[in-house]
Amino acid sequence: MGFEKIMFYIFAAILVISALKIITARNTVHAALFLVLAFFTTAALWLMLEAEFLAMVLVLVYVGAVMVLFLFVVMMLNVNVDELRAGVARYLPVGAAVAIAIILEMSYFILGGFDNSQFTPVTHGADYSNTRAIGNILYTEYLLAFEIAAVLLLLAIVAAITLTLRRRPNTKFQNPSEQVKVRKVDRLRIIKGMDSEN
Amino acid sequence: MIDFTMPDFTQAYAEIFVLVMICVILILDQFLSDAKRNITYYLTQLTVVAAAVITFNQDHSVSVISFSGMFINDGMSALLKMSLYVVMIGIFLYSRDYLVKQGLLKGEYYVLGLFGMLGMMIMISSHNFLTIYLGLELLSLSLYALVAFNRNSPTASEAAMKYFVLGAIASGMLLYGMSMLYGANGSLDFTIISNSINEGSASKQIQAFGLVFIIVGLAFKLGAVPFHMWLPDIYHGAPTSVTLYIASAPKIAAFAMVIRLLAETMPGLQTDWQTMLIMLSVLSIGIGNVIAIAQSNLKRMLAYSTISHVGFLLLGILAGNEAGYSAAMFYTITYALTSLGAFGMIILMSRNGFEADRLDDYKGLNQRNPWYAFVMLILMFSMAGVPPTVGFFAKLWVLEAVINIDMTWLALVAVFFSVIGAFYYIRIIKLMYFDKSETDIAIEGSADMRLAISLNGILILALGILPNSLMALCVAAFA
Repeated sequence: MGFEKIMFYIFAAILVISALKIITARNTVHAALFLVLAFFTTAALWLMLEAEFLAMVLVLVYVGAVMVLFLFVVMMLNVNVDELRAGVARYLPVGAAVAIAIILEMSYFILGGFDNSQFTPVTHGADYSNTRAIGNILYTEYLLAFEIAAVLLLLAIVAAITLTLRRRPNTKFQNPSEQVKVRKVDRLRIIKGMDSEN
Repeated sequence: MIDFTMPDFTQAYAEIFVLVMICVILILDQFLSDAKRNITYYLTQLTVVAAAVITFNQDHSVSVISFSGMFINDGMSALLKMSLYVVMIGIFLYSRDYLVKQGLLKGEYYVLGLFGMLGMMIMISSHNFLTIYLGLELLSLSLYALVAFNRNSPTASEAAMKYFVLGAIASGMLLYGMSMLYGANGSLDFTIISNSINEGSASKQIQAFGLVFIIVGLAFKLGAVPFHMWLPDIYHGAPTSVTLYIASAPKIAAFAMVIRLLAETMPGLQTDWQTMLIMLSVLSIGIGNVIAIAQSNLKRMLAYSTISHVGFLLLGILAGNEAGYSAAMFYTITYALTSLGAFGMIILMSRNGFEADRLDDYKGLNQRNPWYAFVMLILMFSMAGVPPTVGFFAKLWVLEAVINIDMTWLALVAVFFSVIGAFYYIRIIKLMYFDKSETDIAIEGSADMRLAISLNGILILALGILPNSLMALCVAAFA
């Protein structure tokens, strides 16, 4: 067993354990942090597959931005996990039986089905740019899919704003143009008759 | 560098145009006051009409694949897109009345509606797992937001939540199946996968395994039994204008998705998916028709009716030949039109803050307005499959396709359950004509709404009397 294989199994083990902890952790903040760990180890696995660009994007976007926002939300909402777990004991036997059946069936098919010799991984030298390779096909061969994905993001923005933006009648907000146009007489009232002569 | 041919952008003119108009409407709507909201509405209708003109003028006698094999224009895509536009015009027209009545008239409704239409157009024209999935997500995301559109209604929020969670699971299933087929065949392109399956070099076991997940995903999206549980709750909980949307146009796109994935990509696995579709369709026709009898809410009843119609649609597809596909296509298009009319009637009957979604609201409709009672009669007869409405021919051709592949028992089961199903359609007719009305409030609706719903009813009748022209188009689409 080579060094690479050992590293793979270490990362894979961390990934599986942290994925399990995400759904079993009692504290929601811990669950979110385990999700960060899961993303991070996935990025490490991608690095081993020579997908440097994707690994970097995963760390920057998911670990750096998405998960930070996620943590904020988790900390602001006071989610009571025990309340959500109330029914678990009742549904556990059925759920576990179904899950085990599915796992057995799926592993039976997948383990025997794929002919691994057909797809051997290609290795490249140090001067090979993963980013350039993605860039070359992203805007050519995958142009249509790329554009539709962009439209999907636009739709997500529109949908999120539609569902959350509320205009309440008593909302207070600043009006910059009014603020700029304000003159001295509007704000300052000089009271006469208070000087020392009297 | 890689070798790359510039995509033929003219093939996607309709999609590009719709996208540009979405952006224009989105920005313009921000500058309109509530009194001028009609401008958004007219621009939306104009967009759909112009897209129809563009699609109509495209040459669809030959099938053209562009965008590196991701996009296809053929006879089927042209006909399905044209019927999609017709249905969308009806949806926007009917829903404006409802939105005005319920005080929900906002520009976002039209923007989200157009996003959904764009998603459906992409689904209809997709030739790659990636595009079909992205088109589906574009449609689903806009539907989730539309269901939750009325934020003051707790039932709508609940429906949106259920729809979102179940829709996400269905998408996951579909993606998992696609990943299996990708793993086995080494490509996402429909032509390459189809060839690879025919060559038989990849494992048959994995292909069938992936196929199961794809069928589960499709059945979820179509609402076939046993993956139908979401349908009644969402139909009931969503605002009627959105139920109208979900119940009509997406059926056309879902049909396209089933044809593209099963008939075009996996004809080599036909024996496998045929058996699965038989089970889905028998269960859907049976359970849909029987449970619909117990409903007292019209929207719920129509939801179960949709489930049984999905079963019929699958009958045509499982026949697995051109005759079956064109019969199923005819069924889908005419069902979308009938469903559009039925939900349009609910909107017409509704008043400010009142939804006419109970069966009792239709008591004595004939006394209140004989013409709309007659239109409703045509729509219900068409759903039940009574001649001379179009529903009769739709059912007839689908059953014929099944009998032609020596599955007469399947046709008999379908006929048996649709006779049971005829009961609940005829019950509405009985309520309208033989019961006394509880109110005598006149039916109001804008002039274009009343005209459109009358035309909708007449169209169902006219297509029933002269079904051959539409059927000829459906046959030509698969020739």
